[in-house]
Amino acid sequence: MSTSLKPPKETISAAVIEVPEELRWQLPFWRRFFNKLFGAFCFTALAIAGVLLVYLLFSIFRDGFGRLSQQFFESFPSSRPQRAGVKVALMGSLWVVALTAIIAVPMGVAAAIYLEEFNTKRNKLVEFIQLNIANLAGVPSIVYGLLGLAVFVRWMALDRSVISGALTMSLLILPTIILVSQEALKAVPKSYREASLALGATKWQTIRRQVLPSAAPGILTGIILSISRAIGETAPLITIGAVTYINFVPKDVKSRFTVLPIQIFEWSGRPQKGFHENAAAAIIVLLAVLLLMNSLAILLRQRATRR
Amino acid sequence: MKILRSLAAFSLLAVMISGCGNNGSTPENASSTGSETSNAPSGEKVAGKISMDGSSTVGPVSEAMAEAFTQANPDVQMDVAVSGTGGGFKKFAAGEIDIAGASRPIEDKEIEACKEKGIEFVEIPIAFDGLSVVVNPQNDWVEDITVAELKKIWEPKSTVKTWKDVNPAWPAEPIKLYGPGTDSGTFDYFTKAINGKEKESRSDYQASEDDNTLVTGVSGDKGGLGYFGYAYYEQNKDKLKVLKVAGVAPSPESIGDGTYTPLSRPLFWYVNTKSLDRPEVQAFLKFALGDGTKNVSEAGYISLPAEAYKLAMEHITSKKTGTAFKGAQPGMKIEDILKAEKK
Repeated sequence: MSTSLKPPKETISAAVIEVPEELRWQLPFWRRFFNKLFGAFCFTALAIAGVLLVYLLFSIFRDGFGRLSQQFFESFPSSRPQRAGVKVALMGSLWVVALTAIIAVPMGVAAAIYLEEFNTKRNKLVEFIQLNIANLAGVPSIVYGLLGLAVFVRWMALDRSVISGALTMSLLILPTIILVSQEALKAVPKSYREASLALGATKWQTIRRQVLPSAAPGILTGIILSISRAIGETAPLITIGAVTYINFVPKDVKSRFTVLPIQIFEWSGRPQKGFHENAAAAIIVLLAVLLLMNSLAILLRQRATRR
Repeated sequence: MKILRSLAAFSLLAVMISGCGNNGSTPENASSTGSETSNAPSGEKVAGKISMDGSSTVGPVSEAMAEAFTQANPDVQMDVAVSGTGGGFKKFAAGEIDIAGASRPIEDKEIEACKEKGIEFVEIPIAFDGLSVVVNPQNDWVEDITVAELKKIWEPKSTVKTWKDVNPAWPAEPIKLYGPGTDSGTFDYFTKAINGKEKESRSDYQASEDDNTLVTGVSGDKGGLGYFGYAYYEQNKDKLKVLKVAGVAPSPESIGDGTYTPLSRPLFWYVNTKSLDRPEVQAFLKFALGDGTKNVSEAGYISLPAEAYKLAMEHITSKKTGTAFKGAQPGMKIEDILKAEKK
């Protein structure tokens, strides 16, 4: 009875789309009003975020731009703000992020491939693992710091080194990489796999030649987001004992280190104005590194999409 | 395809590097600990590694010392971390660092933790800090404040709401309080010196671990009053007005000679006695307590009297372990504490 009175769903949505512009003015006033109001609300939200961001960038550049010089990139930390520089912090950040990427990316993508492609019959154990990965992605970063301190620094006796930092950061970003890669793999139509298998390709060939290339843009997006998070994190590295003053650049994975966010944090807490300017300048450096890495990844993603 | 190839190369690289790391780490580890203990040269220039951690208040002093020392001894690798006085002692008790910086004397439970791991330490004061009580520059009614008045303001059950409540001669301007958070060594020292007991304080005040926030707070509030380390006042003289405490204003002279009392406090280094066997640590301490003392003022703090540095150096050479400052009361002369029997 009732079903015959209602037109099928598709017709309704089609009808809404086809309302001509001039007919909209015949809508009741309050509907038009709320329509406008909602638009205004969304714009305000965007404007607030935009203005805050512009102001933040403006104040950072105002304070820090003058400090950016060759000397700033070539100097070690110092108790005199004019002599201090970001050399060790920048090198430390690059070391940690590079090692983190090398450790976490292959591991994360491989785990995602296993969960999506090889484990089609979901059993209880895998469901349990899946649930844990989802939960781990939401665990506060300081917890990973404590874990890293207990496991890598103390138990595995890796000391407060670059590799301890990178392993801790890898733990931190692994869940995100796995989840995002899984989503990307899920989005690859089943027919691709079926067609490939039907033509006699092995599972490995199917994944390598069909599934992964199609999922690459999504996976790369996940990697960009995770690496960006790793470069900005401070708390876990402070916990595992990254230092604030250091007179040598990391030479190998066992070196002590500091990273840009820690240097920024430490400088901004100092009483001298000069250090606050250094902090602003270091923020500019950090932003530049982030942008550089992101654009590199976006480039890679575009190449993958074009295929 | 290219993406895939680079991904494959990437993972191959990862396997290689992690393999290298595993193979390389154990022998390297063994050799580095070996060199640390035995074959550092005993000549003028030393080499090796010194690790420090601890209070963020002491951090700038340690950093300035490390910087000056490594300029003369570039082969010594030094690192300074600031995970707080408590955090520093934890790492110190685990034997992970050579020197712990502290803005308060070591506590009983920390001594216990050291004993459990068989770690003994030499306690040396390295600099003075004068906790400065500051108000807004527009505050024209108070120049000088007594310890009793400060106590009236800051004691745990204080009912002071306006300046008039403290002293009837002052106006009924609301008083807004700013101070460090309860994890801070500054908080511990101030509460002990003013309220008589550590950590006893009223809690309805604006607390921040970042002293720059406190500076901003007091400088923007006519009725504001706050306290923090002297360096933060010195760098913000134009925005703040410092109060005399019991008739004496904090200055490098009054803090250094002990007339600014009871709010001038010593900052400490705790040195692991095992580290003292290493020539680079010996050389560093000899520098820090000798020629290096001028770096203290560079970091924004006040040097101890020369006599105190001499006594501290004697403690280092004779490896006099234990703490004498733990039982000391605020206002005692630093030389007397150093001469006192250690526990």
